[in-house]
Amino acid sequence: ADDPLITEVQPWAQSFGDGVDATPYGMPIEYESDVVRRNVEWLTADTISSINFTPIHALDGTITPQGCAFERHHSGAIDLPKEDYRLMINGLVDTPLVFTYADLERFPRENHVYFCECAANTGMEWAGAQLNGAQFTHGMIHNMEYSGIPLRTLLNEAGLDAAGDLADKWVFVEGADASSNGRSIPMVKALDDVLVAFKANGEALRKEHGYPVRLVVPGWEGNMWVKWLRRVEVMDGPVESREETSKYTDVLEDGTARKWTWEMDAKSVVTSPSPQAPITHGKGPLVITGLAWSGRGSITRVDVSLDGGKNWQEARLAAPGTDKALTRFYLDHDWQGEEMLLQSRAHDSTGYVQPTKNQLREMRGLNSIYHNNGIQTWWVRETGEAENVEVS
Amino acid sequence: DTLGLGRPATEAEIKAWDLDVRPDGRGLPPGSGSVADGEELFVDYCSVCHGVFAEGVDNWPELAGGDDTLADEDPVKTVGSYWPYLSTAWDYVHRSMPYGNAQSLTHDEVYAIVAYILYSNFLVEDDFVLSHENFLEVEMPNADGFIVDDRAETEYPVFSTAPCMTDCKDSVEITMRARVLDVTPEDDSAAAPAPEPEVTQAAAPAGPDPELVAAGEKVFKRCAACHQVGEGAQNRVGPVLTGIVGQPAGAVADFRYSKALEERAEEGLIWDAETLKAFLAKPKEFLPRNKMSFPGLRKDEDLAAIVAFLQAQE
Repeated sequence: ADDPLITEVQPWAQSFGDGVDATPYGMPIEYESDVVRRNVEWLTADTISSINFTPIHALDGTITPQGCAFERHHSGAIDLPKEDYRLMINGLVDTPLVFTYADLERFPRENHVYFCECAANTGMEWAGAQLNGAQFTHGMIHNMEYSGIPLRTLLNEAGLDAAGDLADKWVFVEGADASSNGRSIPMVKALDDVLVAFKANGEALRKEHGYPVRLVVPGWEGNMWVKWLRRVEVMDGPVESREETSKYTDVLEDGTARKWTWEMDAKSVVTSPSPQAPITHGKGPLVITGLAWSGRGSITRVDVSLDGGKNWQEARLAAPGTDKALTRFYLDHDWQGEEMLLQSRAHDSTGYVQPTKNQLREMRGLNSIYHNNGIQTWWVRETGEAENVEVS
Repeated sequence: DTLGLGRPATEAEIKAWDLDVRPDGRGLPPGSGSVADGEELFVDYCSVCHGVFAEGVDNWPELAGGDDTLADEDPVKTVGSYWPYLSTAWDYVHRSMPYGNAQSLTHDEVYAIVAYILYSNFLVEDDFVLSHENFLEVEMPNADGFIVDDRAETEYPVFSTAPCMTDCKDSVEITMRARVLDVTPEDDSAAAPAPEPEVTQAAAPAGPDPELVAAGEKVFKRCAACHQVGEGAQNRVGPVLTGIVGQPAGAVADFRYSKALEERAEEGLIWDAETLKAFLAKPKEFLPRNKMSFPGLRKDEDLAAIVAFLQAQE
């Protein structure tokens, strides 16, 4: 039959659209209004100290738009004008220094794309399948291009002779918000790839991501990426702050806990089809896609299984994996309406292969909360609907 | 090679920001506080979230109890059962608590609150006084409960072998479904649109100046950590403030007021524009020993704005 959208003249083909002054800063068109961050209310006591989730089921490519990139605050997202911003470097340095935002803009800067994943991403799934949607199971992640100054540049500006042997030294980093969220980072990492960033995806950081300045700690758990960064102290040991003792430590089955579990291991998830992104087009060509990442290097390969891990095939990487950044993968499939148990399995440049959830549970028990990088399963029904399940 | 950017930090600046306390006690300022004083402070400042006995309210963290539960199905991780260093508790209370009014406690108050948390975990007696001098003598039960990340030895070799690609298992069964638990938030994007608010044309401008109300809404952000207004508002650290202007003091249902406020309420205190401004300018002077841990609004225009905003909340 003739399609009236083609045979009849449509209003948008006849009259005007918006002028260039309609939206000086544009928002997504109204038809995409469901592509937003979401909160799981029962997780936390209060939205001021809480987390929401990136709608990864509805995004493609690898760069996360700032406007829907997950937020995690411990005392709310604060309003800190860049004119009022100060960064202090103190402790075991030759000269303790204070920088203004304008000072920071005068240092040589670099651009890097990195993922930031909360250590608790997928943490609700330790005891079994709980949340129905890739946004909720895997959405505590975003991936942005950061512009900023290597932390080592600022440490050198203050001078590290006073610190002596750097091998056993640390930096303590803290934010300007009421939680201050201090974390200790070994000097080796601080001097390696840590960035003091003030732009993301080309524009100023959003308030919820630490405007005007945040720390970027590539490959390491998101809690260390201190927002509203106000102080870096060179120290001869870790502070053992609340965020590195009572939180962000991983309780093992025997009750002992791992601490300093900073690195995010290789992980992947099929973002579509998935519970929030069912198949609606019937049989035939189907794009199966997802994201893979590793905090210890780059993604070299992703395998996809359609039958719950019995058989695997290599997916197509949209682009070669890069260091500590998201990689997009595709498996172009001819779907004949069969049930599928969709899984993905990431390989990284160290040779590490993403384990199953049961392999992790055998190592750690069920109480770790953090660092759950096990293989996810979506049960896709004949109807095209999908559900979060676990398989034998 | 340096660029000569930035300027030296002054001693006072470093002192103001360099507050962290180390496990060996470095960074602790001189001071002391007793369990008894700590209990009073805890009830006033902390119990709304953490419970009078530090047992935790709703989803807020429990700070006491949980002994010998770390190997259980659901470990209870409290200061007593889990935290390896007392310095962490002092540092955190000092820098980040009370929630919504961080860095408002004196050093002695922090010592007292930490002493009370220890007492509520049965780690000290009720006559205990914590100070910078005896700080390191307190034994934390789980001090030896941590190991440094050993994934490189225990996990990476196991998870770094070439994986199976075909016929990797005999059968695949679904063992668990998320739908059975059904804890996923509802997608409200498909829900019916909210009804248009009813617009009533006021005959005369009886209410507060709308501009002042808008300014007050911004000021209220400083109150919102503890107080809610509007539809669905609930008592939190502080009482609901809907309709507070013109209301007798201490009248919000189900809120535990301080003794100080209850006494003034009995004397007939009414929250009108004047009393509210006086209270919010200097809470501790207007109502000594009340439990609102807010230092006060310094600017007259902020006071006028917040009262206008509260007036608009009916």
